[in-house]
Amino acid sequence: MSDQLRPLIEVVDLVKQYDVLPVLRKLNLNVQRGEFVALLGPNGSGKSTLLRLLCALTRPTSGEIRIGGWSLPKEINAVRSQIGLVSHKPLFYENLTATENLTFVGRLYNIPANELSERIRQLLEEVGLLKRAHDLARTFSRGMQQRLSIARALLHQPDVLLFDEPYTGLDQMAGGILDDLLRKAHQSGRTIIMTTHQLERAETLVSRAVIIKKGVIGYDEQINPASPPNLVKIYTEVTGMVNAL
Amino acid sequence: MTTPLWRTVFAIIRKDLRAELRSRELVSTMVLFALLSVLVFSFALELDRTARQEIVNGILWVTLVFASILGLNRSLATERELGGMDAMMISPIPRMAIYLGKMVGNFLFVLVVGLSLLPVMTILYNIVLIQIPLLAILVLGVFGLASIGTLLAAMTAQTRSRETLLPIAMLPVIIPLLLVVIAAASAVLKNEDAWGWIGVLGLVDIIYAMLGLLLFEYVIED
Amino acid sequence: MTTAVKNDAFAPPNRLRLLTIATVIFTAIGLVMAMFVAKTDVDQGDIQRIFYFHMPSFFGAFVAFIATVIGGVNYLRTRENRWDTLALAGVEVGLALSLINLITGSIWARPIWNTWWTWDARLTSAAIMCLTYAAYLMLRSGIENPEKRRVFSSVYGIVAITTAVLTLVIIRIVPTTIHPAVIGPSPQNAEGAFEFSQNVAMALGPNFIIWGFLIPITLIWWRIRLQNRADAVQMRKIEALAE
Repeated sequence: MSDQLRPLIEVVDLVKQYDVLPVLRKLNLNVQRGEFVALLGPNGSGKSTLLRLLCALTRPTSGEIRIGGWSLPKEINAVRSQIGLVSHKPLFYENLTATENLTFVGRLYNIPANELSERIRQLLEEVGLLKRAHDLARTFSRGMQQRLSIARALLHQPDVLLFDEPYTGLDQMAGGILDDLLRKAHQSGRTIIMTTHQLERAETLVSRAVIIKKGVIGYDEQINPASPPNLVKIYTEVTGMVNAL
Repeated sequence: MTTPLWRTVFAIIRKDLRAELRSRELVSTMVLFALLSVLVFSFALELDRTARQEIVNGILWVTLVFASILGLNRSLATERELGGMDAMMISPIPRMAIYLGKMVGNFLFVLVVGLSLLPVMTILYNIVLIQIPLLAILVLGVFGLASIGTLLAAMTAQTRSRETLLPIAMLPVIIPLLLVVIAAASAVLKNEDAWGWIGVLGLVDIIYAMLGLLLFEYVIED
Repeated sequence: MTTAVKNDAFAPPNRLRLLTIATVIFTAIGLVMAMFVAKTDVDQGDIQRIFYFHMPSFFGAFVAFIATVIGGVNYLRTRENRWDTLALAGVEVGLALSLINLITGSIWARPIWNTWWTWDARLTSAAIMCLTYAAYLMLRSGIENPEKRRVFSSVYGIVAITTAVLTLVIIRIVPTTIHPAVIGPSPQNAEGAFEFSQNVAMALGPNFIIWGFLIPITLIWWRIRLQNRADAVQMRKIEALAE
């Protein structure tokens, strides 16, 4: 079977229950290499849970997840090394500088030391933090933290990038910078899955929109960024709710 | 694809030491608390020479236990605040490495507190505490505190009332350790043979470390 | 399925009924053995009879805490809620039995040691053991996420057994204790030791089995049933709210 045909991410009959409370009920989803998927849905629909399951932060009640041919939870570390996560928490240490934080993460992914410092420099330049490379992370604004977070997620050159509500707490300008970074990551061939409530933003960025409703997929369509559909209207029709930001 | 255990452990220790050298949050709080505690004890208990000899180990270890609780709370809380623990959880590392790394870091920090207390108490209580067997007891005792404390603090850091819950969970559990430590240290001060007790102390350490290694991965997963 | 659960929920299984009846009868027999059949101790008088409950109830507590370890280990392995329920039942029953142990000991110590309580190594470690399991209950109530609660409780229940083991062995390792040992030679400072005669063994044997096994097992079983009922109610509530 060639890489082209087989989806990069395969989710089969995925169920996640917290005690008796089902969050995901037999969810199925395939994502091809290079897609940019927006994962939409009201709070509590299970989209964040799906992301946590994909990066093996929590284990499924039943069902299967395969990423790049590796299956969870058996080949968990193979899956982990090809996933980068940007969550609403920045996932680093405030008493370390940007460079030190990235160096630590690089060591966790076993990146050779000689390669690591060059990669860190490049990434910091890409996200526009080169000047602040030796400043403590706690002095960073929310937007800068978010960019450092993206650099962290890209450090081990993962195939799949997961974004959990990346726009939360960002102002207009920081949001614009994030748009550009997301576009760049997508253009460089990465597969991206992003949860968000920013429907208008998603319309112009993503190649596919998926709406989760009560633990299953309620809507799943390709999107042509040149003539985007009206996601706000579709969202209201599918979920029966007005999208609350 | 998994990052080797020792490399990960080493990376976590270096990260903790680097952050601590810069902020000195943990050690300075613990040392200051420990000094205050020792002073309060010496004011609160008016002791003659023999009473001092009998009680000095108790004061040292009660102080170290409370100081270590302060440090452990802080050390595991930093992992939760900005999600450092999650960064480790999503990376391809053996879970055991997180325990070993955090434990060694906590061990070193509390050891610094213990080492700085010995000369101070030697002067304040006029009893020579800087002796080889006492240093061995300090190292082994602090190792025990760090190994069971890291496990328990990883749990309580995830609860609502984390600062208050750690002492309640930890104090009763470390009594076996304290008992052996005090017995060993008293034997040293009475010029008796303490190495038998030190051997038992090593055994207690092994039990605590085994519990930590076996159970830690369950308390950090989601 | 639902109707089966409904019918079962109210009627205890016959085995449990039998066990409960047996426990009640044997407890009464044990009481008679300790109070009337065993001869009065020459030195201590009637107060020595309390020992027939004091030592067996500690052993029962230990058995219950072992049940907690078994429940904890198996919960971590299988993630089946019933093992966590076993662990919780073990803690509560063990705590009750160790309180009986402490109280009977205290009553005995009043005439023999001339004090209700003394900071002896054995007594202190028994009190610490109680506090450890009280801490277990506090930890449990401090965690809202039910899955986390079960995992943390399992871990703590396993760690806590170290204090119970310590209480068991402490009279052998701390030479200064005044607490007598029942089996083997007592520590040299022990006060209130008595001869382990055939007469003592005759009353201790049955009570040991009653308080050490029958009572904890029966109570744990009932406690598990109680918890299952409470969980079922909780589940109904969640289902009703989820509609």
